[in-house]
Amino acid sequence: MSLELTRRQFLQGSSAVAGGSVFLTAYGFDATAAAAEARQVKIDQAREVRSVCPYCAVGCSMIAYVLGDGSANTRPALVHIEGDPDSPINGGTLCPKGASTLQLAVNQRRILRPMYRAPGTADWQDISWDEALDKLARLMKDSRDDNFTVTDDDGQTVNRQTGFAFLGGATISNEEGYYATKLMRSLGTVYIEQQARV
Amino acid sequence: MSTELGLNVRRKSATPSSGTNIRRDGLEVSKIVDIDLCIGCKACEVACKEWNDLAVDETFNFGSYQSHEDLTPATWDLMRFNEVDLPNGDLAWLIRKDSCLHCDEPGCLLACPAPGAIVQYENGIVDFDQSKCIGCQYCISGCPFDIPRFDSETKKVYKCTMCVDRVANSLEPACVKSCPTGAIKYGSRHDMITYGEEKVAKLQERGFANATLYNPSGVGGVHMMYVVPRGEMLGEYGLPGDPDVRGNTSLLGLLRNLRGIGAIATWAGLIGVGLYWLRTGRKFPPPENIAVADAIALGHETEPPAPAPDAPSAGPRDEGDET
Amino acid sequence: MASLAASFGRGAMTNHWRDFRNSDAFLVIGANPAENHPCGWKWAFVARDERGAKIIHVDPRFTRTSATADSYLAIRAGTDVAFFGGLINYILENELYHEDYVRLHTNAGFVVADDFEFTDGLFSGYDDEARTYDTTTWDYAHESGDAEPTDEEDTPGSDAEKPADPPDPGFAVVDETLQDPRCVFQLLKQHYARYTAEMVERVCGIPQDKFREMAATFGATGTADKVGNVVYAVGLTHHTGGLQIIRAAGIVQLLLGNVGRPGGGVNAERGHANIQGNTDNAISWEILPGYLAIPRPGMETMADYLDKVPAKQLRPTSINYFGTNYAKFLVSTLKALYGDAATPDNDYAYSFVPKPAGNSSWLTIHNEAREGRLEGIIYSGFTGVTVGPDSNRMAESIGKLKWLAILDPYQTTGSEFWRAPGIDPSAVQTEVLFLPATDWISKDGAFTNSGRWAQWKHKALPAEGESRDDNWILAQLMLRLQALYRDEGGAFPDPVLAVTMAYADPGNPSAAEIAKEINGKDLATGLQLSTFADLKDDGTTSTGNWIYCGSFTEAGNQMDRRGTDDPTGMGYFHNWAWSWPANRRVLYNRASADADGRPWDTSRAGIRWNGTRWVGDVPDFPATSTPEEAMGAFIMTGEGVGRLFAPANLTADGPFPEHYEQTESPIANAFSAVDKHPVAFHYDGVDATFASVGDPDYPYVATTYRVTEHEHFVTQHVPYLVESMPDFFVELPVELAAEKGIRNGGRVRVRSKRGEVEGVAVVTKRMRPLRVGDDKIVYQIGIPVHWHYESGTGEQKDSASMANLLTPYIGDANVRTPEYKGFLVNVESA
Repeated sequence: MSLELTRRQFLQGSSAVAGGSVFLTAYGFDATAAAAEARQVKIDQAREVRSVCPYCAVGCSMIAYVLGDGSANTRPALVHIEGDPDSPINGGTLCPKGASTLQLAVNQRRILRPMYRAPGTADWQDISWDEALDKLARLMKDSRDDNFTVTDDDGQTVNRQTGFAFLGGATISNEEGYYATKLMRSLGTVYIEQQARV
Repeated sequence: MSTELGLNVRRKSATPSSGTNIRRDGLEVSKIVDIDLCIGCKACEVACKEWNDLAVDETFNFGSYQSHEDLTPATWDLMRFNEVDLPNGDLAWLIRKDSCLHCDEPGCLLACPAPGAIVQYENGIVDFDQSKCIGCQYCISGCPFDIPRFDSETKKVYKCTMCVDRVANSLEPACVKSCPTGAIKYGSRHDMITYGEEKVAKLQERGFANATLYNPSGVGGVHMMYVVPRGEMLGEYGLPGDPDVRGNTSLLGLLRNLRGIGAIATWAGLIGVGLYWLRTGRKFPPPENIAVADAIALGHETEPPAPAPDAPSAGPRDEGDET
Repeated sequence: MASLAASFGRGAMTNHWRDFRNSDAFLVIGANPAENHPCGWKWAFVARDERGAKIIHVDPRFTRTSATADSYLAIRAGTDVAFFGGLINYILENELYHEDYVRLHTNAGFVVADDFEFTDGLFSGYDDEARTYDTTTWDYAHESGDAEPTDEEDTPGSDAEKPADPPDPGFAVVDETLQDPRCVFQLLKQHYARYTAEMVERVCGIPQDKFREMAATFGATGTADKVGNVVYAVGLTHHTGGLQIIRAAGIVQLLLGNVGRPGGGVNAERGHANIQGNTDNAISWEILPGYLAIPRPGMETMADYLDKVPAKQLRPTSINYFGTNYAKFLVSTLKALYGDAATPDNDYAYSFVPKPAGNSSWLTIHNEAREGRLEGIIYSGFTGVTVGPDSNRMAESIGKLKWLAILDPYQTTGSEFWRAPGIDPSAVQTEVLFLPATDWISKDGAFTNSGRWAQWKHKALPAEGESRDDNWILAQLMLRLQALYRDEGGAFPDPVLAVTMAYADPGNPSAAEIAKEINGKDLATGLQLSTFADLKDDGTTSTGNWIYCGSFTEAGNQMDRRGTDDPTGMGYFHNWAWSWPANRRVLYNRASADADGRPWDTSRAGIRWNGTRWVGDVPDFPATSTPEEAMGAFIMTGEGVGRLFAPANLTADGPFPEHYEQTESPIANAFSAVDKHPVAFHYDGVDATFASVGDPDYPYVATTYRVTEHEHFVTQHVPYLVESMPDFFVELPVELAAEKGIRNGGRVRVRSKRGEVEGVAVVTKRMRPLRVGDDKIVYQIGIPVHWHYESGTGEQKDSASMANLLTPYIGDANVRTPEYKGFLVNVESA
C-alpha cells in the first residue's frame, strides 16, 4: 500500500518501468547503455496504435508505440506514446499529462487481481473473480429486492430500486457508459451519476 | 570519422580536424522558443524525460510552480518561473524553458579536453557522448548558460541532445513535438530566424516595444533561439544579456568545479588536464582564458595543426576516460 | 449543462476546439485553459497571431492563462453573475448589441406575462417556507390568453434538454419592435440597470476603469464582422448559482450575436476524457440516453409522459425538433434496451423505466448513504472521498454503507477509505470489493470530447494480470443476476430478464457491437440507420442513443475516420471522427447567417443559403428550408430562438440571472436583501457546518482547482507528473503571508469550519488582495485538489491533506453541483 512507501521508493520503483527494459542504477543510468554511442531511435521497430488521451476533454489523438509483431508467442510491450500529428485538434502535441501517459499505462501500482475487504478488518485479502462476482451479484440482488418500490405511496407505478447506486464514467468509453446505463436502469436503479458535476 | 548517427560532424572536442570540412553548407536546424506562446505547462520538460528515459528526480515544492530549483543530470529541460512587477502596476509571470541553447560556438565543446566527448554536428546540434566523457567538468565552466550537469554516480556530464536520435530519423525533438501551444518550433535555422523576426514585429505591434529575438552573437548564435516579448527583462528571464564564450571560461572556474567533486572525479579531471597538456604540449596548465582561446582556435582551424612532437597518437587518447 | 440548454436548447459546448482559431476576442472566465486544456487552447493563440484576437482572463487567481493573456482581471470568487450582469448592462447602455441578430435569433421581442415580477432579489412565486419557486408566472403572454399553470413538482428534467415548457396554451405574443414594456428586451434592460460598473467594483473587486475597458473590448464583438468567444469551465459551475452564471454568459453572447457562429459560442470546457460522452449516454440520474427525461412518478403511461415532457411549439416559425420527435426517440430507445419485450401492447415497456422520487444527484446519493437508506455503491473510476465536498462527511457517509464495489485500475481514496489516516478499520463495517479494471489503453471504444467529437480509440495493450474490461465485469454481474432471478425470483424481475444481451459473447460484449447498438438499426431489415430522421415511433427502429444515430452506419464506424481534409478552411474537418448531432461541428449554425441566409461575416461562414440548400458546415437546420420560410435557428427550443429570458421551469431559480452571495461569504449581498441563494437545497445538518457572513474565525475566501501537471487524483500514480509538481500546496497573497508570518516555501495550515489541511506555502503576487464594498480588503487563497492519502507520493505529513476536506456540502439550486469555488477559511503558519 502506498502509505508505506516513501516518495523516494515510489519514484525509484517506478523508474524501472519508466525506463523500459534496461537495467537501471539508482539514478536511472545504465553505464552499458550509455556507452553505446549510436542511440537507436526507440520506436524504430514499433507498431503504431491510435488512441485518445484519457485525461481532459480536449480529445488529443495519440499514437501508442508497441513492440512486438503480435505473433503467437509474444506479448506486446508499450515503449512510448506521443501525439498523433494527423489530428486537427492537437496536431501531434500533448500536455505534460499526455506526454507521460506511458507511465499511466505501464505502472507497478496497478491492481492486477480482485481483492476483498471483510467488515471490520484491516487488510485486503485475495479473492477469485468468480467468488468476487458471485458475492457482488448477491449483494446487488439483496439490496435491490429489499429496496424495490413497485408503486409509491400515491399508488403510482415507479418500479425503482434505491438499494444501491452506480457512480462513475468519466474515463470509460461511450460504449461502456451506455452499457452501464442500460444494465443499471434495467435493474431499476435511480441513483446513476458520474463526474459531470465535479 | 565524419559521420555519426548518419549526421555529418562539424567538430569534436579535443579532436583537431574532426569535421568533414569539405561540406559546410548542409542544412542547419534550430529550435525557437516563442515565449509569447509559452504557458509553462512543462509538456516539454516531461516529454524530454519520457523520450530520453531519464530517471525521476525526487523533488519538493520550494514555494514555486517550478519543479526543480535547477537543471540536474536527469532533467535537461526545466521551466523557470519568475514573478515580476510591471511599471503600470500589473504583474508579469515570466516563464522560460531552460535547456541547452546549442551554441554555434559551443563553449562546452571548446573547453572539453576529452576527445570526442562533445560533438557538434553540421546541423548545429551539440551532443555529449558520455562514453568518452572523463568527468572533468570543463564543459560546465565553458558554458555561458550554465547548462551541463555532472552526475556524481556515473561521473559524467549530461545535457539536452536536441533528441539527436529523433532528428537523425527525421523526427523533431520530443519537446518540440509535445509543445501544446506551438511555443517551441523547429526547422531550418533560416526559417526559425525568419519566424522569430516576424513574431518580434508582431509583438512590437501588440505593444511589446522591446520584444527581441534572442540569438546572441557572442556564442556565434544559437540553435535554440528565444522570442522574448519583454526584451528589457532578459535578466529576469535568466538569460545573460551578452554571453561570451571566451569571457565565461576561466581556469579559476574550471578549478572551482574540480574542487567540488569526489576523489575519482578529481582524478578523472586531472587526467583530463593531463590530456590537455599532452595535446597542447605545454608543461603547465594554461593561464586564464588562454586554454579556451586555444581551444576556440583549434575549432576554427580548417587545416589540422601540426601535432606536438611529444603528443601521443589519437588512439590511446580515446581511452582516457577509463579510470 | 442544463444552463446551456435553458439558453439554447442543448447542453453542450456550442463550438469546438479547432474553431477557436476563428475568434476575435476571448472572454475566459472561471476557466484556466492554458493549464487545463493546453492542446485545445493553442487555437486561441493562433487566432491572436493570425487575426489579432484579444484574450481576456477573469479569475480569482492569476494563472498560467493570465500570464499569456492580453489582460487579466482579478475577481472575487462567486461574483460572476454580478460581473456578467455588469457586462450585459454595459452592452445595453452603450448599444453594443448586434441588433439584427437579437431581433432575428433571440426571444427579445417575446412579451412576458403580466404577473411575472422581480422584487428585491426574488422573482414572483417564492415560497419562503419550502425555499422553492412556483414558476407559473415565469411565462410569456400567449395569443389565446393566459398561460395555463405549469407543473410545480420538482421536475427530474434532463440535464440538457430539460423539457418543461408549459402545456400548449397557444403561441407566444411577440413585439417585433422590442418596445413593449413587457417584452423580454425591455425587462432585461430593467433587470440589469442595477448592475452598474460601480456595483461590479463593490461586489467583484474589479476597478471600474478596468471593467469598462474589458467590457468595451469584448462588447466590440457585437457586430456582423466580429465574433467573440466565452470560454468557461467549472469555475462557473461550482457555485450555488452556477447554472445562472452560465445563463448570464449565454445572454451576453446572444446580445452580441455570437452564438451559432464560427469563432463564437459559450464554450464549456469539459474536464474528463469522456464526461461529455457519458452525459450523452446518461450516466446521469435525470435522463435516459440522448437527453430524454427520466419519467417522474405520476406519468403512468407513455402518453402521459409525452403530454408533459416534450417542449411545445411556441411560435409558428419554431421547428421544435426535439419536442416534435420525442416519441420516436423514446420508443426506439426502449426497443434497444428491451428488444422484443418492448411491444405496442405494453407501451414499449415504458413501465420498466424507473421513476425517481426526487433529486438523485450524487450529493443526494451520499446523503442517502449517510441516512442509512442506501446499502451499496458501485464506484466505477469515481472516488467520493476526494471528490468531496466535505471529505470527512463523505467518508462518514460511505462508512455507513453495507457494501462498496470499486472498478478501477488503481487504488483510490474510495477503495481505501476504511483505513484512511485517522480511521480505525475495526469500526468500519462496510464490505469492500476491489474489481481491477483495465485502463483506456487496453480497450477499443469512443471518447467524446468537449466539442462533441466522438473519436474511436484502439486497444494497444492486452489486459495486465487478471484485470478485466468494464464491459466484461458488468456483463458477468448481469448474467449472474439474471440466473439468480430465474432461480429464486425476486422484486420485479421482468426488466432484468428482458434487457437485451444479444452479443456474440453475452458475457463480454465488444465495443463495436455496442457502438452499433447505440447507433441503431431498422429492425425489419437489420440495417444500421444513417440518421435519426429515420427513427420511428412504431417499434420498427431501435437506437441506444438517438443523438449518436449516424455514428456507426452501414458505411462503417464513422467515429474511426481519419480524413484530414478541410475544404472550407473553417476547421470543420467533417471527415475526421464524427460529432453529434449528425456530424455538425458548430451548433445552432443557422444563426451564423442573416434573415436572407447570408453569413453575417462572409469570410467566416458557418452555413449559407445557396439558392437551393444550406451549405458549409453540416446545417443544424433543415437543409432545404428556405430563408423565406423564416424558420427559427434554434431548432431545439419551443421558441425557435435563443432565450434571453428562460421561462417557466427551465430553471428552478429565475428567468434572469441574479446575484446572490456564496453560501459562505465575507460580505453581505449588495444587490438585495436576499443574501444567499434562495432555493439552494440544504441537506439535513449541513447548516451547522457553514461559516456565517463575515465570520471572524474564517475571514478569507478559498477556491479549489487543478494545475496542468495533474488530472484530479489518478496522476499521483505517475512518477514524471509527481516529479513535475510534487507537493500539496496552498497559494496565498504576499500581504496575508506577511501578516501571518508565513514564509514562501514554508508550511501553512488552512482551516474551514469543516476540516483542515496543511501543506507548502506558495506565497505569491499572483493572489491579489481585492478591495470590495466599503474599502474592505478580501484575501483569496488557492488550494489545488490533486493530493490525497492514496497518492503514495506526498510526504507522510501531507498525506491526509485533501482540498475537499475544506469545501461545503451544498450544491447548485438546479443541478446540485457542489460549491467548490469560494468558501471561507483561516490560515496560519504551520
